[in-house]
Amino acid sequence: MATETHEATSHAADAAASAPGMPQLDFSNWGNQIFWLMITLVAIYFVLSRIALPRIAAVLAERQGTITNDIAAAEGLKVKAAEAEEAYNKALADARAQAQAIVAEAKAEIQVELDAAIAKADAEIAAKAAESEKAIAEIRAGALVAVKEVASDTATEIVSTLGGKADVKAVGAAVDTRIKG
Amino acid sequence: MASEAHGAETGGLVFHPMDQFIVKPLFGGDTIHWYTVTNVTLWMALSVVAVIGLMVLGTRRRAVVPSRSQSIGELAYGFVYKMVEDVAGKDAIKFFPYIMTLFMFIVMANFLGLLPMSFATTSHFAVTIVLALMVFLTVTIVGFVKNGAGFLGLFWVSSAPLALRPVLALIEIISYFVRPVSHSIRLAGNIMAGHAVLKVFAGFAAIAVVSPLSVVAITAMYGLEVLVAFIQAYVFTILTCVYLKDALHPSH
Repeated sequence: MATETHEATSHAADAAASAPGMPQLDFSNWGNQIFWLMITLVAIYFVLSRIALPRIAAVLAERQGTITNDIAAAEGLKVKAAEAEEAYNKALADARAQAQAIVAEAKAEIQVELDAAIAKADAEIAAKAAESEKAIAEIRAGALVAVKEVASDTATEIVSTLGGKADVKAVGAAVDTRIKG
Repeated sequence: MASEAHGAETGGLVFHPMDQFIVKPLFGGDTIHWYTVTNVTLWMALSVVAVIGLMVLGTRRRAVVPSRSQSIGELAYGFVYKMVEDVAGKDAIKFFPYIMTLFMFIVMANFLGLLPMSFATTSHFAVTIVLALMVFLTVTIVGFVKNGAGFLGLFWVSSAPLALRPVLALIEIISYFVRPVSHSIRLAGNIMAGHAVLKVFAGFAAIAVVSPLSVVAITAMYGLEVLVAFIQAYVFTILTCVYLKDALHPSH
């Protein structure tokens, strides 16, 4: 430390003697500085231009490429997703339309069957009604004959009971007019 | 240490703010030949090491997602690249490695010079004048090679009235030749002044009463010097780009 101090002092004194105040204006060491500066600059230039700058340029280009690719890929996926959604919606609409068609078909089939059954039932009912009417007419006709017989019998009986002599023809005519009336 | 040695002579407060700029041989000896290994050599070598560390070792993984050192390297690359492209034009890109060399050397030398006990190589006119003259010669040669005699149009202000043109040409020529001077002295002067001021404040720290103030002042000054270290490198580089633009597109 002491010797260094001493040296520094003597140097300072030297410098002060040659260039008062500013070591920058001590031209005796300019050659030395310029020589080492040239070596330094050449070294930095070669390191930068041969290794560092191409490498950084490559890294930056690669990053730009990656970003561009990723964005393109994302856009592709987005388009695909939109397509998938469209396909899904279309499938859904198709299914709905199909279901409606099936429902309509089933309804029509049932309607046909129903119509046939109703027609059949109507025919049966009509047949039965006709049969019944016929039977009722028969019964009515039967009843009419019976009433006539009973009335004429009863009238003959009553006349005979009263002591008269029943005229069958007259009784019959009387009964007929009464029944008609 | 200096005040210790000189204290005996003057018996008081002594400042030697310029001692930090003295060029000394590293391995003894008094004479400095052009090949002598000096503190200049050491700190220039360290700036080369710093450049290699940041730009080569920092980017060795070539990661798409950069590490911290790689992103600083990329930042420096992008910063200078954009500056060259924006200021000097697209056709100046082939000078980019050269301008990047200047920028990286100056910025690293400036920052290394801010370390305590270090030596600021960019505070020496010998260094900055060489840097500035290199730019001056490059610009002049490129200007004449690219434009031939048309480069002289830089001095002939065709938009001015005819009578004024010779006067303006004289002024333009003087300003053109003053460029390397201002270019170099701006850098060395800023770095030297900042370091000298720091040293002066450090000298005041020897007086107990003002030492707290002195420490605060050194801290503030140091912060400013960190800013100056970057700004001066930036200014040197952008002026280089401006001059280069003159050489490539000399029309006013």
